[in-house]
Amino acid sequence: MTRPTMRVVGFPRRRVDGRAKVTGQTVFADDLVLPRMLYARLLRSTVPHARIRSLDASKAEAHPGVHLVLTGKDLPIPYGILPVSQDEHALCPDKVRFVGDPVALVVARDELIATEALELITVEYEPLKTFADPEESLAHPEPRIHDYGDAGNVHKKVALSFGDVEEGFREADHVFDDLFFYQGNTHLPLEQHAAVAAIDGDGKLVLWSSTQTPHYVHRALAKALEMPAAHIRVIATPNGGGFGGKSDPFNHEVAIAKAALVLKRPIKIALTREEVFLCHRGRHPVLMRFRTGVKNDGTITGVHLQTLLDGGAYGSYGVASTFYTGALQTVTYHIPRYRFDGCRVFTNKPPCGPKRGHGTPQSRFGQEIQLDRIGERLAIDPADLRLRIVERPDTLTANYLRVSTIGLAECIRRVVKTSDWKNRFRKLERGRGLGLACSSYLSGAGLPIYWNDMPHSAVQLKLDRSGGVTAFCGATEIGQGSDDVLVGCVAEVFGIEPFDIRAVTGDTDLTPVDLGSYSSRVTLMMGNAAIQAAERARDVLADAVGRKLGVPKGRLVFADRRVFDSEDPARGVTFAEAVCAAEAMFGAVGSTGSYTPPPSAAKYKGGGVGPSPTYSYTAAVIEVEVDESTGWVNVPRVWIAHDIGRALNPTLVRGQVEGSVYMGLGEALMEEQVFRRLPKRLSNAVVHKFPSMLEYKSPTFLDMPEIFTELVENPDPHGPFGAKEVGQGPLLPIMPALANAVYDAVGVRIDEVPITPEKIVKALADKAAGRPPRYGPSRFPDVDWPEPLQVPPPWEGGTGRAATAQPAETPR
Amino acid sequence: MERQEPTGLAVISLRVNGEPTDVAFDPYKTLLEVLREDLNLPGTKHGCELGECGACAVLVDGTPTLSCLLLGLECDGREVVTVEGLMEDGRLHPLQEAFADLGAAQCGYCTPGLLVTAKALLDRNPTPTGDQIREALAGNICRCTGYQQIVEAVQAAATDCAEHKATDYTEHEATDYTEHEAADYTEHEATDCTQHEATDCTEHEATDCTDYTEKK
Repeated sequence: MTRPTMRVVGFPRRRVDGRAKVTGQTVFADDLVLPRMLYARLLRSTVPHARIRSLDASKAEAHPGVHLVLTGKDLPIPYGILPVSQDEHALCPDKVRFVGDPVALVVARDELIATEALELITVEYEPLKTFADPEESLAHPEPRIHDYGDAGNVHKKVALSFGDVEEGFREADHVFDDLFFYQGNTHLPLEQHAAVAAIDGDGKLVLWSSTQTPHYVHRALAKALEMPAAHIRVIATPNGGGFGGKSDPFNHEVAIAKAALVLKRPIKIALTREEVFLCHRGRHPVLMRFRTGVKNDGTITGVHLQTLLDGGAYGSYGVASTFYTGALQTVTYHIPRYRFDGCRVFTNKPPCGPKRGHGTPQSRFGQEIQLDRIGERLAIDPADLRLRIVERPDTLTANYLRVSTIGLAECIRRVVKTSDWKNRFRKLERGRGLGLACSSYLSGAGLPIYWNDMPHSAVQLKLDRSGGVTAFCGATEIGQGSDDVLVGCVAEVFGIEPFDIRAVTGDTDLTPVDLGSYSSRVTLMMGNAAIQAAERARDVLADAVGRKLGVPKGRLVFADRRVFDSEDPARGVTFAEAVCAAEAMFGAVGSTGSYTPPPSAAKYKGGGVGPSPTYSYTAAVIEVEVDESTGWVNVPRVWIAHDIGRALNPTLVRGQVEGSVYMGLGEALMEEQVFRRLPKRLSNAVVHKFPSMLEYKSPTFLDMPEIFTELVENPDPHGPFGAKEVGQGPLLPIMPALANAVYDAVGVRIDEVPITPEKIVKALADKAAGRPPRYGPSRFPDVDWPEPLQVPPPWEGGTGRAATAQPAETPR
Repeated sequence: MERQEPTGLAVISLRVNGEPTDVAFDPYKTLLEVLREDLNLPGTKHGCELGECGACAVLVDGTPTLSCLLLGLECDGREVVTVEGLMEDGRLHPLQEAFADLGAAQCGYCTPGLLVTAKALLDRNPTPTGDQIREALAGNICRCTGYQQIVEAVQAAATDCAEHKATDYTEHEATDYTEHEAADYTEHEATDCTQHEATDCTEHEATDCTDYTEKK
């Protein structure tokens, strides 16, 4: 079959769900109302670390309008997103680990009554020592926050060595040794998490939830409720923003599902904004030490990165987050020898997890600021420096990540040109500056969260006699446009209009599995599955039409809602007629397609985090104006170029790039999830400093710069129609580019985010007093690092496996 | 065992999206709750319930108002417009068209509040500058878009307002569907939408891009 030029892919289009969103018809979880529905609220711990001595809910149970109170003993089975950290209970049975840890669920006639009843529950806590930051947790192995983990209150320690990095430093002309700190921040999706659980007419459990990962919630419910997954249906409602914050199975989901099973009535829960802050799973605060050896020409001879992550109270995605802080350094620049040590500790704060960029923005921040320093010391323009060291395409990196196409050099050239970098960097008047940074991100995690050898995404198509097509896929629409990608890919292959296709997504009963909207995996994986499914169905239609018209199959074209002979375009049938012909000849017309990432070359323990079918690349230049008297930073302009492979719908791609710039500027300048200790007389608890949208600052319309977006399109062989990810990568260069711009403007290094006026003023004062013109961490605490796993890089004859014996698993 | 009903529900009369409406509700409820829970208008959203995010904005007597901070009781005799009331004669408001076409709605959760706030702006200033748009919308938080495509959509809606209103849909109907014999299914609607989307989109984006290049 021949296909004319693209007709859907590559053109700016109204997204398929756009109309519903502008008419208010999109049904979010809290918009669901079912007959006989009850409302639930969670009672959350008021102390940060304690044993539950007793819990008395009798008054709450007796409160008029209350139907049920559940406590920890009703849900004894632990769960968690990663198989290695099944450390959460829907309701804490015996111990609480942070202020906000749920201990009871009240179900009542309405929300007000449920809220009243929460206050009637008395919980007696036996306080335990609390840990507010990683240093405290490292220093005190007892009392343990969890009874598993690598040691004391250390959740996970990893050490990987790819070649002899000390040898690399000996070969270097300079070795740079810098510390950076990245403060934690949260996703702040505008929609607060909400869910509805009900028992269907047939007696099976249904959960609607604003989740990014219905498949994993499905698995967690089956485990925690001790029910066959086949009798549970999870429907992901369109998420009102996720950004990673709705990727874990959450307490409220499991607890209301249990309550629905008990009461046999629909139950809704809608979290308050404060509770969303407590659910968190956001950016880990990370302390970093980067040692980098370079030659005088900028060539990197070796990098040793150490990271210390403040994990909060539970595992969440933390083991993956830990590896991610060290995984992608090698994917951007050629690093011949690389060593990574990472350590995640538990603290008595809301658990950290995956936020846009998952674990990689922190170390990207450090690496890109350090490169700015290196360029300055070596008198090489930072853009030229990066162009010299960009990793080569189709390469296996030191840590065995296989990179495919790399558009980074082109991205750098584009932003250098559009920002007039060469004429402005280091040449603007004092107080104004430009900064540049680059990044890379995976287009989908190469490995699933739980070990299995099945596809990561699957699409099913049903072709109707009317010519209408329904596309089923487990992918979850979180605003990023996954429904549009699904429909766009199918429309392109069939030569029909997107409006002819209905997308049914994120429903574990109706749709084949897609692992979820995380790790920037959906466009690539679902897209490839959709193309495969559509091509299979198109083949069946072509067989039928070819026979019917007596035209060789290879000459048929699918376009304009028709199937016709490329040599005689008038000779053809409508798409609907093609479906009817195929149905008459072969029976019902449907197809499936699926996608499994290529096998990873990283065979060592820990090599499961980082591999991806392909990586996206981004370069950004940021302009700042810094007021030296107040430290206030204004950002008038951002130039950003993103290697997208191919933009399936450029309108949505641009939206992802600009949304990433926005979120990156928030992290760079103001957003921080910070905690304080209450005075001793008030329990000494570690509490969230400002769990409200007013005080948790995020950028408004007035804070946003003009953004000049360039898309670099060089179709990648692994992507659907050549597409790579765009949801996360473009956020990564923003924070370091801003820090580098501040340095260009006023000559002070702010080596931590957020870069607040206070820190700039302090650094300027230090500079004026002749002290180092810098604000940032000054020491990295002692960590008892394990012996690193030795994995010789490919150019030292390595095979991707560890040369030394794999260390024994820590007993759990 | 159910609690006794509250002693009395409040009853008010108001106009909602142009329709005279009487509604009875628990007197402590905010306008947001009355709209969502008692008037079956869930298009208006909540993001903080403290007046911080703008998701719950509606028009009260033409003025953008945070419905989470206003008691239902205070709305007797007033005119309330929500996102559900923006369509006129079965057609999307130019702002809705532009938001949908130009990527101004990603997750769509802030969209209802933004649309009504932008409508109030265009109603009093049909040709706002970019800065006036940003100023008018500064109380609405969007976590997805980075705001730029929203500003462009409001600009497009403002400049295209007259054009949109004059759009002759018959032209669209005539073009494409002749070969599609399916007279039985909503030819009109399908044609309308797809054609309209396609044309609009390309136009907008094209204009857009030019502006964009010029800016540079």
